[in-house]
Amino acid sequence: MTRHQFIRRITPQLIILGVVLALNFLVFHDFFKIEFQNGRLFGNVIDVLNRGAPTALLCVGMTLVIATKGIDLSVGAIMAIAGATAASLIVDGHNWVSALMGALAVGALCGVWNGFLVAFLRIQPIVATLVLMVAGRGIAQLITEGTILTFLDEGLIHLGAGTVLGIPTPVLIWLFLGGAVAFFVRRTALGMLIESIGINEASSRLAGINSRVLLLCVYVVSGIGAAVAGVIVAADIQGADANNAGLWLELDAILAVVIGGNSLLGGRFSIVASLLGAMIIQSVNSVILLSGMPPEFNLVIKALLILAILVIQSPKVGHLIYILRASAPPPEVKQTTPVKDVN
Amino acid sequence: MIRTTHLPLIVTLLTFVLAYALCASQYPSMFSLRVIANLLTDNAFLGIVAVGMTFVILSGGIDLSVGSVIAFTGVFLAVILRDSSIHPLFAFGLVLIITTAFGAAMGATIHYLEMPAFIVTLAGMFLARGAAYVLSTDSVPITHEFYDMLQSVYWKTASGGRFRLIGGVMILTFIVGALVAHRTRFGQNVYALGGDASTSRLMGVPVASTTVGIYAISGGLAGLSGIVFSLYTSAGYSLATVGVELDAIAAVVIGGTLLTGGYGFVAGTFFGILIMGLIQTYIVFDGSLSSWWTKIVIGGLLFAFILLQKGLTWASTARKKAATGFNTPS
Repeated sequence: MTRHQFIRRITPQLIILGVVLALNFLVFHDFFKIEFQNGRLFGNVIDVLNRGAPTALLCVGMTLVIATKGIDLSVGAIMAIAGATAASLIVDGHNWVSALMGALAVGALCGVWNGFLVAFLRIQPIVATLVLMVAGRGIAQLITEGTILTFLDEGLIHLGAGTVLGIPTPVLIWLFLGGAVAFFVRRTALGMLIESIGINEASSRLAGINSRVLLLCVYVVSGIGAAVAGVIVAADIQGADANNAGLWLELDAILAVVIGGNSLLGGRFSIVASLLGAMIIQSVNSVILLSGMPPEFNLVIKALLILAILVIQSPKVGHLIYILRASAPPPEVKQTTPVKDVN
Repeated sequence: MIRTTHLPLIVTLLTFVLAYALCASQYPSMFSLRVIANLLTDNAFLGIVAVGMTFVILSGGIDLSVGSVIAFTGVFLAVILRDSSIHPLFAFGLVLIITTAFGAAMGATIHYLEMPAFIVTLAGMFLARGAAYVLSTDSVPITHEFYDMLQSVYWKTASGGRFRLIGGVMILTFIVGALVAHRTRFGQNVYALGGDASTSRLMGVPVASTTVGIYAISGGLAGLSGIVFSLYTSAGYSLATVGVELDAIAAVVIGGTLLTGGYGFVAGTFFGILIMGLIQTYIVFDGSLSSWWTKIVIGGLLFAFILLQKGLTWASTARKKAATGFNTPS
């Protein structure tokens, strides 16, 4: 993709983000004000970047999974498992690095499980990841033994609530992870291979692509992203809540991918556009919050947003627009092919 | 002779009988009418919504909105009975019309916009839950003599078990659902659609009206389930029944319905519900096991049944391949 094509690809998302940010500014004039106090940046924009971190982390892996024509419903449950793992490792006296590594390993393991079901047992992705979605929170509660495990480890808390050079750590983590994955799949042929699986798996396998291993890897990336998000959420509240950590976040992640203009039917994808989608969702939440609208409307507005995007993305509507365009050439073209009545 | 298509149903039935026998051998008091009556009462709302889910999954679709629709129904009933003086029966009719229309609208969106059912019903889930929030964020109690009357309707057995009205409503729903699925043209169309959508279209199955009908049934039954749930809890709460759609899907799969659509029985779902209820009852009887084991065991069962289905599909295609001699690349 050339730079020009890339900018054209993310233009719709940038426009939507601009509109939503402008709405934020309209309801709250200090929205763009950023202050530097006590060695960290404060401001609503920073808040949007910071609060959007879990969704952004999830949508990186979700974009890849959806590009292969799959879906990963289990990321919310994986977040809970990873948070519980990190918390219980800290409580058992390990340092924060091994807690983080443990959580990431568990996330990767969950990804391997999902990927194995999808790639090797050939179970539909919705169903395969449903298993972990149902059982995952139970497993997380098994790890925390039904309580909310709290911890006071400075290192781990820093991941969720600390700052580096004044910027909140979660922001740096998602920017780095998203950038790294996007760079990796776009600077190598991997991205194209993932797209080819989503478009036609059988033919890409016949063309010599090891689709099974690639599929497995995609779910592992999704699992690791979810684990990082889980650790951040747990670190932010200084505790692992097996019931509520990442609840319904899988839906936000899928929504972010859809807003990012990625087709749910697989194929071409853009991680940057998905990340913009995650920020759009967070900005919408911010508008609702800042405008003083009751938060009850949050879900209704989200639903209407999805519906609008669905209608735009729908193949039928796309076809209709195509026909309208095709039937609007200058009139002289029509006159060259007159339908003569023989009678 | 046992047909392969009946095998999942038989496995479900055997699982239930075996599980119940195991439970009863450990806690003999579980083998009582009182426990059975409670099993029916406690799972009534889940059973009703699972019948709708069976139709959706038989047709190869999925409906993620049902949990939210149940919550919406409960809040709607509670608010309308609090703020107006209309009779509950009229409110029931009203809410059933709303939820059926809601389901039909989702079905129409799925069919006419050619969007995946998963994402459309996801939007429906947000919309219904949001509508419930907008109506009320608090738990609204329902106090009406008609409710008290319905709640006091039960058939008491000699051993003290109480078969309540809502359990009866669930069983009735299952019977009607089974008749519609297996004895009507609409039911045949549902199976055809789940087998192969494009083939069934070529064969003259009215795909549009069937799809809309399926999701209307699912929405309407979610509404009925919401009514039953409001009778069960005597309140409407917008945060209630979160994740019920997953329980319903799990019950349908454990009941032996193929998730890719086309194969399955409404009766299987009934036993799927009973198995899930049994796990919960066992955990209550045991006392030392924590409630999260429910989720883990259900997840494990789900996985086992998916594997079973996969094995059967694989076995039947392998046999077909051998019979016809086709060497299709896989």
